[in-house]
Amino acid sequence: METMSLKIFYSLTSIALFGIGMYALFAYAHLLRKILAVNIMFTGISLFLVATAQRSSDSNLDPIPLALVITGIVVLVSATAFAIMMVCKLCEKTGMTQLPDEDR
Amino acid sequence: MNLESYFPLLVLLTSLLTGISIFFLDEKRSALRILLNISGSAAMFAFVIFMLWGVFHGHNYETRWSLLPGINIALRADSMAILFATLSAFLWLITSIYAIGYLEITPHRNRFFGFFSLSVSATMGIALANNLFTFFIFYEILTLTTYPLVVHQGTEKALRAGRIYIMYTFCGGAVLLIGIVWLYTLTGPFDFVEGGALRRFGEERRVALVVIFFLMILGVGVKSALVPLHGWLPTAMIAPAPVSALLHAVAVVKAGAFGIVRIVYDVYGIRFAEELNVLGPLAVLASVTIIYGSCRALYQVNLKRLLAFSTISQVSYIALGVAIVGPLATTGGLVHLIHQGIMKITLFFCAGNLSKTLHIHDINQMNGVAWRMPLTMTAFTITSLGMIGVPPLAGFVTKWYLGIGAVQANQQWVIAVLAVSSLLNAIYFLPIIYVSWFKKYEENQPEEHISGKLETRWTLLLPPLITAFLSLAAGLLAASNLSPLGWAKLIVRREYLP
Amino acid sequence: MDETTVLIVWVILLPFVGAMVAFILGPRKAPIVTIITSYCIISVVAALTWQVWKYGPQRHDVGGWVAPLGIALYADGLTVLMLIMSIVVGTLVSVYALGYFTDSSISSETGKANHRSKSSFFWVLWLFLWAALNALFLSQDIFNIYITLELLTLAAVALITLEGESEAITAAIRYLLTSLVGAALFLFGVAILYANFGTLELEGLGELVQTGSLSVVAIALITMGLLLKTALFPMHFWLPPAHSNALTPVSSLLSALVIKGSFYVLLRLWFQVFPLEVTMVAGHLIGCLAAAAILWGSLAAMCQKRLKILVAYSTVAQVGYLFLLFPLAAKETHGLGAWNGAIYQTISHACAKAAMFMVVGNIIRAIGHDRIKDMKGVCQQLPVSMFAFALAGLTIMGMPPSGGFAAKWMLITTSIQSGQWWWAVILLAGGLLAAGYIFSVLKYAFIKTEIVNVPLRPVPRCMEWAPLILSLLALLIGFTPMPLDLLRIGNPFPDAVTMEVVK
Repeated sequence: METMSLKIFYSLTSIALFGIGMYALFAYAHLLRKILAVNIMFTGISLFLVATAQRSSDSNLDPIPLALVITGIVVLVSATAFAIMMVCKLCEKTGMTQLPDEDR
Repeated sequence: MNLESYFPLLVLLTSLLTGISIFFLDEKRSALRILLNISGSAAMFAFVIFMLWGVFHGHNYETRWSLLPGINIALRADSMAILFATLSAFLWLITSIYAIGYLEITPHRNRFFGFFSLSVSATMGIALANNLFTFFIFYEILTLTTYPLVVHQGTEKALRAGRIYIMYTFCGGAVLLIGIVWLYTLTGPFDFVEGGALRRFGEERRVALVVIFFLMILGVGVKSALVPLHGWLPTAMIAPAPVSALLHAVAVVKAGAFGIVRIVYDVYGIRFAEELNVLGPLAVLASVTIIYGSCRALYQVNLKRLLAFSTISQVSYIALGVAIVGPLATTGGLVHLIHQGIMKITLFFCAGNLSKTLHIHDINQMNGVAWRMPLTMTAFTITSLGMIGVPPLAGFVTKWYLGIGAVQANQQWVIAVLAVSSLLNAIYFLPIIYVSWFKKYEENQPEEHISGKLETRWTLLLPPLITAFLSLAAGLLAASNLSPLGWAKLIVRREYLP
Repeated sequence: MDETTVLIVWVILLPFVGAMVAFILGPRKAPIVTIITSYCIISVVAALTWQVWKYGPQRHDVGGWVAPLGIALYADGLTVLMLIMSIVVGTLVSVYALGYFTDSSISSETGKANHRSKSSFFWVLWLFLWAALNALFLSQDIFNIYITLELLTLAAVALITLEGESEAITAAIRYLLTSLVGAALFLFGVAILYANFGTLELEGLGELVQTGSLSVVAIALITMGLLLKTALFPMHFWLPPAHSNALTPVSSLLSALVIKGSFYVLLRLWFQVFPLEVTMVAGHLIGCLAAAAILWGSLAAMCQKRLKILVAYSTVAQVGYLFLLFPLAAKETHGLGAWNGAIYQTISHACAKAAMFMVVGNIIRAIGHDRIKDMKGVCQQLPVSMFAFALAGLTIMGMPPSGGFAAKWMLITTSIQSGQWWWAVILLAGGLLAAGYIFSVLKYAFIKTEIVNVPLRPVPRCMEWAPLILSLLALLIGFTPMPLDLLRIGNPFPDAVTMEVVK
């Protein structure tokens, strides 16, 4: 019973994190904030995956979700590093830290 | 697989390869280009004549390969295909000679002759197509390959004409495609069959078949310039004279008319189409087009535009002949495919000669011009009399068969249409003949562009003389087996046989 | 472990190794490394094709670990076709890039150095992209698919930034952020699926997944994520700037191959994993978006003043054709026709669109800009390129004879057969609109100009012939039913009724 409610708690928290990230992504123009927002979204998913590792209260932990989370973090870190690099480049070229409006 | 089965493909490849190799030539090598062009068209003519002989003796020439599961490209030389193929091959040869003279010392000749050959390939494909799928493919290729010819001059006006042409024909193509796909989903893929392929589907799905019939007629009607869909033809006259002559008097509009013939006879079958009651509306549409085209022609000042409206009117004789049930009317319609072709191309050649030699474009400049260019105007006079339907010229044969066919089918109103149309033809052609022969030639008026011993270049003079002679011969020798009439009768025997 | 299926691993490994070797050996050797790698990939894929042709679908468990712990690789007819598609487009883009990156007209030393570094990164990144793409096509594990999608995106974004100007970087950042959101949605869906069904392997998932509120949420998330990455209307906003601001060979790769990657995943999941009850309803929704994409993309393309953006918007429209598969295949009996049609469209569009971008690149190389209005007189001097553009245009318009026409024929046939004639009307309308924007460019090949010889910078021959070959291939696909025979191997409609031939 306790695991069940804990699981729901984790799931709701992860959805909340995902939602906060998504909101921040659209709400803020500054690119660094946008990148952080994406990171928060992925954190939410990681939490969700970790929470699924314990299938039932008595059994051992399922190792696969942990492997997935680690892989996911690696991907995310590289994407983040790359994105920050690009933002720096943009700032260097134009002095802007946000995307211009789409007026095309 | 024997050699005979490659023949239709060979015919297509002759002009295709000619076209492609012309693209790769150096623009300056005009002698080689002429050689390629003439030898290509002569070879194709020889092939077609060979097939004509073979089909007459009951040989079967068929090429077929699978494109998608169940969907074949099929090229087959049946008697109907040969009728159109012979016309196109012969007129390609003639027009090539004419075009060489007409386009001397103009830019982009490679492009012109290349696309010219490709459009002939497409026309041949339409002629030899043995199912609707193949027909459609070549029908669209014809649009694509003629576009560069329409816009050849590259002026604003030409580009506008090209845009209108593309708009009309692509929309027509889309409608035709829907009709074909719908038909295929009902019946599965099928080949053209003399006497009609759909008869065995009988009564079921009657409504759908009627709708499909009109979708397809609408689709091909754009190219054959049936009345509400004719708008592109007069504007497309901006193209150089050889293009107007071969493509807009013969290949493109005939492709449409030939499509109507195929749909009525080899897809639906004349009897089945009659049962579905779809021929009446088609006949009315054709009659309206005939009268409307002639009426508009009355008001034209520009000679080529006049001929364009005359084409709109004349091509619908074919549709009219098709829409009247009965062997005689069918004969009339089919034979007009040939007769209109050779007569109208002569008229366009003559118009081209006038504009190239004397820079005459309008009718009111033509006073006494016959004394300056007697041979050209003789050809013009003969064929325009033929258009009016004066015996014993080719046009008379058509109108005679259409008339007695209508009587046979008990549709006397068609006679009235023919009479009115002939009258209108006379009203717009006779004044031209009159002013050009009987008014005084004003020497100083039009500036001469080509001078020499002959009235113009021999390459420009020879083609109209040949075709004019043929339109005379087709009428005089109509009773012979080898005349267009004889061949049309052969087709009719096969269509009405079962 | 089966010895024969090891081939599959090499399809992925070769470009990875090639990329690293190219990186180590530096800019001068990179093109040669790429060419050698392409040769190797071609031979391996040829062998794989032969295996699939002969023995049916191939499956390989990497390292001998079976699912759920191991990662499975799988190749059937569709996979092989996609691999061949990326080889054809990829090699010709490489040939094109050989000419593109040897620009003799740059005089300054810094310019040369800059150019050389661009060139070296291009080859390395392109090989990485190729590896990601091949891995994506072969993955049979939904989480592994996520990883490959990410690799694909990162390589693609890096390629876009090569151009170096601020517009390109902006477009790249926008693309990366959109793509990351798509990836997040996809991953969340995957997590939910795993939480519920406890497996990541596609075949196992296909057997386990049932209709339920959770799986519907998972499917919706995954589909949304993939639609974002494939740029289906209205999620296409990132595509035109990204594809039009990149270097020409990059644009070709992006439009021809990268968006096809996420589309391929969607195909696999919808027709092999997700239950029919869900896909049937959602399919029509996607169909509506697809129709909007076709119409809006074509109209937007017509309004463009720059050629490269026009071509990019044409991609938005063409993506719509691909997605018409979903409503059409919703009725199971007619699925095969739509399936074949969509895949024909995928392949022929890949060839044609790559060719089109290359031609645009040639025009930019020759006159230094791509403003459509100022193109008078140029086209007459680049006849081979213009011819390639016209031929590619045939496929884009769906005019016969071309692969695009074959695709359109199959899609229209299916839509009428299954009684959904409105999709046929959309398809035809899209073709007519495409004719509108293609001919608005083609007419410049015919316009008469006073200036007979516009001063042009020379365009290397390989840059002229690569697009011509591609567009000819796009044309030739329409002439052979060969791809269909391949596609039949392992298709998800085993019992589908094929059209009977009435003789």
